Amino acid sequence: MSSIAQYLLNGLMQGTIYGLVAIGFTIFFGVMNVIKFSHGDVLTFGAFGGLVATWLSIALGLPIWLELGLVILVAVAASAAIGALIARSLVLPLKDAPPLNMLLMTMMVGTAIRECIRLFFPNGTNPQKFPELLPSGGAEMSGVYLRYDGLILIVSGIAFIFAIQWIINRTRLGLAIRAVAEDGETARTMGINFTLTVAIAFAIGSMTAGFGGALFGLYYSEINYGMGLILAVIGFSAAIIGGLGNIWGAIIGGYLFAGLQTAVVATLPSLSDYKNVVAFIIVIALITWRPTGLLAERGSERV
Amino acid sequence: MSFLSANGAGGPELFSSQVGSRMSFLSMKGKGGQILSSVLVAACVACSLVAVLDIEDQRALGICIAVIAGVAFALSKLGIVQAAEQAGVHHPWAVRCIIVAAFAGVLLVLRENNFALLMSATILIYATVCLGLTIQTGFTGLFNFAGAAFLGTGGYTAAMLANVTWLPDIIVILSGGLIAAALGTILILPVLRTRGHYAALATLAFGILFYGFLEANELLGGPQGLKVPGITILGWDFANEPTLGGISFSFYANYVVLIGAIFAVFMIFTRFVERSWIGIWLDAVRLDETAASVFGLRVSLWKSFAFTTGNFLAGVMGAVYAKMTAFIAPANFTFGDSLTLVSIVLLGGIGNRWGVLIATMIVVLLPEKLQFIQEYRLLLFSCVIIGLLFVRPGGLLARRVRVFGGQ
Repeated sequence: MSSIAQYLLNGLMQGTIYGLVAIGFTIFFGVMNVIKFSHGDVLTFGAFGGLVATWLSIALGLPIWLELGLVILVAVAASAAIGALIARSLVLPLKDAPPLNMLLMTMMVGTAIRECIRLFFPNGTNPQKFPELLPSGGAEMSGVYLRYDGLILIVSGIAFIFAIQWIINRTRLGLAIRAVAEDGETARTMGINFTLTVAIAFAIGSMTAGFGGALFGLYYSEINYGMGLILAVIGFSAAIIGGLGNIWGAIIGGYLFAGLQTAVVATLPSLSDYKNVVAFIIVIALITWRPTGLLAERGSERV
Repeated sequence: MSFLSANGAGGPELFSSQVGSRMSFLSMKGKGGQILSSVLVAACVACSLVAVLDIEDQRALGICIAVIAGVAFALSKLGIVQAAEQAGVHHPWAVRCIIVAAFAGVLLVLRENNFALLMSATILIYATVCLGLTIQTGFTGLFNFAGAAFLGTGGYTAAMLANVTWLPDIIVILSGGLIAAALGTILILPVLRTRGHYAALATLAFGILFYGFLEANELLGGPQGLKVPGITILGWDFANEPTLGGISFSFYANYVVLIGAIFAVFMIFTRFVERSWIGIWLDAVRLDETAASVFGLRVSLWKSFAFTTGNFLAGVMGAVYAKMTAFIAPANFTFGDSLTLVSIVLLGGIGNRWGVLIATMIVVLLPEKLQFIQEYRLLLFSCVIIGLLFVRPGGLLARRVRVFGGQ
């Protein structure tokens, strides 16, 4: 019983990170109909930004709560900035290109970011130690050991997801983003600044990835230059399982993927090396069964 | 008209056909002119290949590459490249003879240079795999981000069949292709049911899970990989150094000739597919699936045909690759390799067979030869591709608009 709860917590943590990545994919797709594959590397960029922030605050001798705030702030800001930059200078000019060109372009942007971190970050080839800033230790509750930092991170991740959801659905800015997503041309005639709105939407999507990157570093206490690639593939899968363009679908997809991985590890420990293999097989099966995702909008093809 | 055009985006092709019609002042339009241009282009490509492979000094290499780029630009501006392409359409056998002669010339010059021959063989292997991707992506519009996985399937098939010693190597190579094609049928259902990005995910996820499977599986050697014996065909062991008229060749020459022959067969096969009614149907499926099905085409049949054929090509070459390098490991078949294959197809000009060969030369050779950028090659490569997508979205040699009758 206790181990089940343990697996559950672990899965929740992973699912939160996957969900945060998937939200970005779904926002980008909603706004521009593109898959921005550099998203995972934007996350890595944010996480490394957070790492630099910890060095900075140690040098300045800041108290730990300020350091924590700074890490998250820098991670979120760094990925938002680079996300908006990619949108403005690379995605928007290529928006009329065939989808394969766009997909390949963003994959190459991701490769470039990854290589830049590997080559130019001090000692970037090796995994980097991320300092533990959250209260360590945990509590024993009816045989279940709860890591405090894990709980805090899960709760803050879910809070962040709700905040993004609130921005998209309840604010004027979100209204502009949804208008652009619905019909860019019409939104423009209504006086919405198309370029700016797209850049902001990409910044918001990248922010969630940066937050995910900070969570990843704080929880696993180690980050490396290549971690974005597999997270991007998983986040993309999660967004697709849920149905592209649907934020709740992306979150469900993220938890579902984490659940699949955890279920493989929990039920068949001998297959734990194959947890990604099994999870991806199920992903392929799922999109075969529901070709446009679980929560996709329904519509028939017009002939 | 849009139904007959070879590519959805008409811009670059229209441009190149205009260039083609402007070149008449050089009198390259007649039969003699076209043949002459194709001789010129083949000679230039062969010389560039030999020069890049043979020159070791980095400064000389840099100058050489700059000269090649300049000559290539001049040839395309003068319409000679286009005339050579026309020659390929109107006088296929003459052009084939020219290419075989150029191939033999390169082989003769590089006969003792192991590294250069290995590189040439690698180029031909990648080019063949990309021919498969051309049938899938270029003709039919199916995305395949698992090219390296199908290449790897062929390689691991060859490694596993090494235990069956009585099996002739030709059968081993063919079964590499058949197993890859069979493995691809698992993906046919997802690929048929999904569109666009969703289909891209199906192949992408397959590529990743294939790599994960290889890494975890003890039977297939895990991360360390497997040893593979070389090829013996009709009693001729490919580890022997062949001699021809008193001139001795490196043993890699065996592989270059074999791979060159396989490449030639698949090149002609692809041309046959492209120019027959099958090619027109594949174009129709890519350009408008709904319209194609309204006209009675069995969309799913032709998509399956293209997907399976492409994977077969990759599998065959995977088996040869494994046998040539004598060793395979999961690290040879990563997602990055699949991405490289897709970028070759895009760089060459989606759907253009010859563009694939040129692009493969660039993508395989440049990082390998330019030692001083060794550490930065992936970064540079990604920047070059991004730049190219902006400057020439149709690739180096964009596919021409299909013209029926006339000319």
